[in-house]
Amino acid sequence: MITKRIIPCLDVKDGRVVKGVNFEGLNDVSSPVELAEFYSRCGADELVFYDITASSDGRKLFTDILCRTASKVFIPLTVGGGISSLEDFDRVLKCGADKVSVNSGAIRNPSLIYEAAKRYGSQCVVISADVKRAGGGFRVFANGGRVDTGLDAAEWIKRCVDSGAGEVVLNSIDTDGVKGGFDTQMLDALCSSLPVPVIASGGAGCAEDFIRLFKTLPWVDAGLAASVFHFGEVSIKELKRDMAAAGIPARI
Amino acid sequence: MIAVVDYGVGNLFSLKSSFDAIGVRAAVTSDPSVIVSADAVVLPGVGAFGDAAEKLRASGLGDAVKKEASLGKPLLGICLGMQLLFDRSFEYGEHDGLGLIPGEIRPIAHVIPAGYKIPHIGWNSLRFRQPDCPLFEFIKDGDFVYFVHSYYATECDEYVAADAEYGVPLTAAVAKGNVFGCQFHPEKSGETGLNILRAFCRTGG
Repeated sequence: MITKRIIPCLDVKDGRVVKGVNFEGLNDVSSPVELAEFYSRCGADELVFYDITASSDGRKLFTDILCRTASKVFIPLTVGGGISSLEDFDRVLKCGADKVSVNSGAIRNPSLIYEAAKRYGSQCVVISADVKRAGGGFRVFANGGRVDTGLDAAEWIKRCVDSGAGEVVLNSIDTDGVKGGFDTQMLDALCSSLPVPVIASGGAGCAEDFIRLFKTLPWVDAGLAASVFHFGEVSIKELKRDMAAAGIPARI
Repeated sequence: MIAVVDYGVGNLFSLKSSFDAIGVRAAVTSDPSVIVSADAVVLPGVGAFGDAAEKLRASGLGDAVKKEASLGKPLLGICLGMQLLFDRSFEYGEHDGLGLIPGEIRPIAHVIPAGYKIPHIGWNSLRFRQPDCPLFEFIKDGDFVYFVHSYYATECDEYVAADAEYGVPLTAAVAKGNVFGCQFHPEKSGETGLNILRAFCRTGG
């Protein structure tokens, strides 16, 4: 039976994980390589590396970190952040990324998803949509949630999937960082009839939030979070056990 | 030494790293003579069947792999590499494979029930159909492995070593003598995957 995936997200800048990390038993907690190995040992089903470096030096450092992680961690790696061309796809795939997540880059260049899916296959192309309630509906935001693109989120996501995106990450800006649970209302409104896997992001505050997510919306395939894992508020091992106890298929 | 066949399809970084991690020397190669001198051969693959089959043919690597396998050298096909071991595929038309295992490749869309998404992506558990398959020496029935695929091997019942439940049973691993295949990605399946690669490396004696 296919299991629900639990995915920690690592924001990497200047070779370090930038969101605070607070674990017991890890010394240099902001080394992305060590953190990735730690999560992998704890039962994470996949890892997302988010490149938030601005300079080209940072990009080089990031790909170096990615290579080192990919040579040590044998679970799927997704890379996002600043992906705006096929060259960007190429750069991170050569370092061992399995999937590439596109956000603002696809908004600026709508043919990117189609071109990337054609060259690398749909399984490799993940559309990450930052969505917020605005103007009485759901709108797509760009540049890390700062710019309202005016795009209707449902239409945008459908267009991306039609163009070849093989997975959708829906990040609710409204619930992000609030730690009051995933945005099941937004997920249901935008993703319930998609033919591709859906990853929920934004709002996880405790293990119960993941269980509620998968119970409320059984078609959601994965839950993604950063700080609740980094700060040890949710232990992936315990979360998986709780999921299994609640009848949710989990890889333990 | 394990020869990882590089015929220009997919990324071999993780596969090479996996062999490094289990302490096995692996050479990523597009040189048929390396395939001849190797103790065992791995045929990886990502992307579309027709394109990959054509590249194998045009490069002569397909013939080299086929010849070594028919001489008894252990061969492991991974994902699309497994599909290429079969007679033919119906992915965008009809294409011939290497014909090392009888059977064909068809879209999972035609067999899975409504509500199941395509591709079949994520961690699924293996159900052993041949529990004594050498690939399973270090793992157990029910262990989880990582899948990403939209096509599956069918008409190959007697060679199915394990399947995975996705509304219907999908072929997950195949074995025919010294020829093995995994639909899933052992190089992305954590310790279970590394244990499958360890077991494969021992099949040559």
